[in-house]
Amino acid sequence: MNEFSSLREMSAGLDRGDFSSVELTQAHLDRIQQANAALNCFITINADSALAAAAQADDQRARGSKSPTLGLPFAHKDIFCTQGVLTTAGSKMLSNFVAPYDATVVSNMAAAGMVSVGKTNMDEFAMGSSNENSFFGPVSNPWDHERVPGGSSGGSAAAVAAGLVAGATGTDTGGSIRQPAALCGITGLKPTYGRVSRYGMIAFASSLDQAGPMTRDAEDAALMFSVMAGFDPKDSTSAERRDAWLDATIANGIAALDRPLTIGLPSEYFSDNSNLSYIDIAKTELQRLGHKLVEVSLPHTQAAVPVYYVLASAEASTNLSRYDGVRFGHRCNDPQSLQDLYERSREEGFGEEVKRRILTGTYTLSVGYFDAYYLKAQKIRRLISEDFQQAFTKVDVLLAPTSPTPAFKKNQLTDDHVAMYQQDLYTVPTSLAGLPAISLPCGFCDGLPMGMQLIAPAFGEELLLQLAAQYQGQTDWHLRRPGDSA
Amino acid sequence: MSGLHYQRISMSQEAPDHPQHEGTSVDVGHLAGLARLAIGDDASTQIATDLHAIIEMINTMQAVDTQGVEPLSHPLDSTARLRCDEVTESPNPTHFQSGAPSTVDQYYLVPRVVE
Repeated sequence: MNEFSSLREMSAGLDRGDFSSVELTQAHLDRIQQANAALNCFITINADSALAAAAQADDQRARGSKSPTLGLPFAHKDIFCTQGVLTTAGSKMLSNFVAPYDATVVSNMAAAGMVSVGKTNMDEFAMGSSNENSFFGPVSNPWDHERVPGGSSGGSAAAVAAGLVAGATGTDTGGSIRQPAALCGITGLKPTYGRVSRYGMIAFASSLDQAGPMTRDAEDAALMFSVMAGFDPKDSTSAERRDAWLDATIANGIAALDRPLTIGLPSEYFSDNSNLSYIDIAKTELQRLGHKLVEVSLPHTQAAVPVYYVLASAEASTNLSRYDGVRFGHRCNDPQSLQDLYERSREEGFGEEVKRRILTGTYTLSVGYFDAYYLKAQKIRRLISEDFQQAFTKVDVLLAPTSPTPAFKKNQLTDDHVAMYQQDLYTVPTSLAGLPAISLPCGFCDGLPMGMQLIAPAFGEELLLQLAAQYQGQTDWHLRRPGDSA
Repeated sequence: MSGLHYQRISMSQEAPDHPQHEGTSVDVGHLAGLARLAIGDDASTQIATDLHAIIEMINTMQAVDTQGVEPLSHPLDSTARLRCDEVTESPNPTHFQSGAPSTVDQYYLVPRVVE
């Protein structure tokens, strides 16, 4: 077993008795302890509770339990409420917040016997594309410590890429699983909106937020996804579905893809001057596997970034109104009035990017502007969604770049907010339409990993995972590690 | 920005059905009041510049023709599910107020509002 073993390989090792979950968990904790100072990908390390959970898993296994996920170490993005554990969302506002209950994702993974070793760093309240907006400091990209890991799930992506954990949870509002997965050379799945419960997941933009797995390969993504997903009566937007393939995937892995697919290439994603040779290689490989590639059009793609920043900021300004210094979280010292308590607690507790988004949302929702911004954006959201529906009458899945650039240098975009927002160019349309998408490593640019994105119709995660597993069965991009020569 | 290649949004900056406000002038003080954020004069200038750039970017969407299009509020166009009106949780103020900044007798303490 080495630091880059997959969850499936660790599961097989536990099953054979090669090592115990306690030994495996301790090895993870040792690596995290060694590497975290340089990477800063963990905010909290749960050594005691992880070892206790691992011991419990070993007991269950000794008593005959054969669950493939039993005793597997992983990490949670620090956006999931975890009872008795610091849960910060990367913010000073919640830097003292110990969650009084578990998010459904947390309880689902605990029920499956998985062992959380800690909580990973992230852009504050999941707002960012570089992980530079965290109150707990930036995360370094394991491929080049001078560069960002992407965001907002940058801590999870860096932890997986560096071999500190084989899997971590992430959340994706406009690309926050897929973009860091691409920039760190790992696999990241954003499920269909409603697949994974949002209960206990600290809200950013409620009509967009969705949790998913970040792993080294599609097999592990499928394993974690199957545990995370499921109907939850505590989330009013949770989808009431019973997909038998999810349970079958836990037991048997991803079912082999049994037919050639028609894969659409949206022309709007390939129209800029970027070096897309890494995608050309992926196209050739997919054709070699028997799939047919056809060009399609998603004509409203260019409106997606402005629409996203209207809707997400409006929802954020509403969701974040709960942080008022009264019931939990940061409170300013010596407030002179209730108004002063609200205003200074929020001014001190929120970082600059969060304030920008709250103010943007406040602007677009304010009297006289609602129709021109929020309502207009909702109408374009329908057009974007219909573009995808139209495309899926002709193709099974879509293929696109995940990110317009490889990992950029720290501080490179911090003063150009609009340029930073353009990092989401290829990921926000899918989010607005609520569709599932997976980012896979598929090549390098200037020695840095690049990702491709596969997008499916709603609830089409199985097809995405099947195609991803087939691709990864024939290629080795997902096996490249930081320090390898590109 | 060197070394980065972006696909720039190429739609017109014109806003045919833009509301009554002129350009994108931003009254940061007013917005900060609505958002309950204490923002000093020093920070206000920079925030106004930042918001101006963001709103200019957002305004590019005004070029899209949305005549006759219904707004989409849920990404899959479905409505929120209602649950049965049954009590499923029980109050536990000691537990849930353990992280509160200031409480007395299960009440949250704030500065006096009425003298």
